[in-house]
Amino acid sequence: MKPFEFFKPATIGDASKILADYGREGRALAGGTDLLIRMKRGQWTPRAVVSLNRIAALRAMEMNGELQLGARVTLGEIIRSAEARGQFPVLARTASKMAGVQVRSLATVGGNLCNASPSADMAPPLIALGARADIAGRDHERILPLEDFFVGPGQNALVPGEILRAIFIPRPADGFFCSYVKLEHREAMDIAIAGVAVSAQLAKSAAEIRNCLDVRIVLGAVAPVPRRAKRAEEILRGNDLTRERIQEAARLAASEAQPIDDVRGSAWYRRQMIEVLTRRQLLALMTAPL
Amino acid sequence: MRDNLLRMAKMRFPILLVVNGEEHELEIDPRRTLLQTLREELELGGTHLGCDSGDCGACTVLLDGEPAPSCLVLAADCDGRAIVTVEGLLQNGEPHAVQKALVAQGGIQCGYCTPGIVVSSVALLRANPNPNEAEVREAIAGNLCRCTGYQKIVEAVLAAAK
Ligand SMILES: Cc1cc2nc3c(=O)[nH]c(=O)nc-3n(C[C@H](O)[C@H](O)[C@H](O)COP(=O)(O)OP(=O)(O)OC[C@H]3O[C@@H](n4cnc5c(N)ncnc54)[C@H](O)[C@@H]3O)c2cc1C
Ligand code: FES
Ligand code: FES
Repeated sequence: MKPFEFFKPATIGDASKILADYGREGRALAGGTDLLIRMKRGQWTPRAVVSLNRIAALRAMEMNGELQLGARVTLGEIIRSAEARGQFPVLARTASKMAGVQVRSLATVGGNLCNASPSADMAPPLIALGARADIAGRDHERILPLEDFFVGPGQNALVPGEILRAIFIPRPADGFFCSYVKLEHREAMDIAIAGVAVSAQLAKSAAEIRNCLDVRIVLGAVAPVPRRAKRAEEILRGNDLTRERIQEAARLAASEAQPIDDVRGSAWYRRQMIEVLTRRQLLALMTAPL
Repeated sequence: MRDNLLRMAKMRFPILLVVNGEEHELEIDPRRTLLQTLREELELGGTHLGCDSGDCGACTVLLDGEPAPSCLVLAADCDGRAIVTVEGLLQNGEPHAVQKALVAQGGIQCGYCTPGIVVSSVALLRANPNPNEAEVREAIAGNLCRCTGYQKIVEAVLAAAK
């Protein structure tokens, strides 16, 4: 690693001031499970590393009408949290499919989002849940829908000096369902080949028929950024869930993916799998308990 | 050579490292990982360097009670945190029950992965004294073993839980 200056401020204000001073040559450090690997490989050579690990405010997880999930909360803490398990089981389940126990003790939800890998597993379910990014800068704050937080592979919407403070997640109403399925080569310690998150607000329109009041379908690892399959959502929204409509939505979702060929899978395979993962999760909604 | 260069680096950072209950005041280069610091400054060689990238688990230590890969942690970021290495798991001067079971059940061959397996398993048993096989496999999914095929390791951890 190239030499750098190390800072460990106690407040968000100080962290953002230091990061703003160093501009593109400063890096925030949370769990370090992405950052340290890149620094060891020489891919990133920051002049300043600013640890966020002394800032208590970033570690809070509170339910105030919505869930305020501090950016510095680790994947392990999400898995163990009663709130996540009770109200947002998709988050606990997703976290438990990421890396292994050891890495999950370090890795944070904010780091996963800020790292902005196209395959970041927390992004699709959080976007499907309608999450917003709570951002703090030197002398301003702003809130972005999480889907607008991703700009390109490895690029987020933060400008130097800005810190992702928390993720705000609306409390689910009755009849709301959210799932995420990640396709990987092995069950542990693997990165997604493709991933699909589906959320839906359902109502009964007849005894056995479920109407889809609202829906989100979010694709991971098949585009430069996590991406909503909006045409697929469109043909479901406001309609009854039928097999035909689900087939069509899954096909549309596959057509909205922009996958690439790489070591984990070919573009063709990824597209097929988007269709399968979308269809399966939508079919499961047809019998969701209401 | 590489180590000499690291030692010559100018920027130092003062920290208090609490390892196996002992306090160490150190001035370290902020580039040093916790793993390097444990092995080279504190001469605790039980924590092993495998992949240096979070994939193999050979470097697992307990950080504030949770198992974590020490190769992905900067020592400078560990100021005041409680660190336990495999050396700190002795019970009344004897190897930990997990270590004894690994030996007894043939869960050790070359031994390279063993300290990491021990630390991960002890963390599991502290949180969940009666794990089932799936829970043991989950707890050591981040620990790579090139020798044993895992079966005997899993049996040993289950035996230690009894
Ligand atoms: C063995 C292994 C397995 C893995 N498996 C998976 C997996 O299955 N799925 C997956 O998605 N990822 C996986 N990862 C990647 C990584 O663990 C996750 O992306 C993790 O959540 C990153 O969080 P972190 O806290 O470690 O981030 P860091 O490495 O600390 O930071 C990552 C980036 O985000 C920035 N950053 C962090 N927090 C903030 C903040 N609050 N505000 C502004 N910027 C910030 C940093 O400056 C840096 O650029 C794996 C990594 C390893 C080593
Ligand atoms: S050396 Fe740290 S996980 Fe392999
Ligand atoms: S015993 Fe050799 S690597 Fe596990």
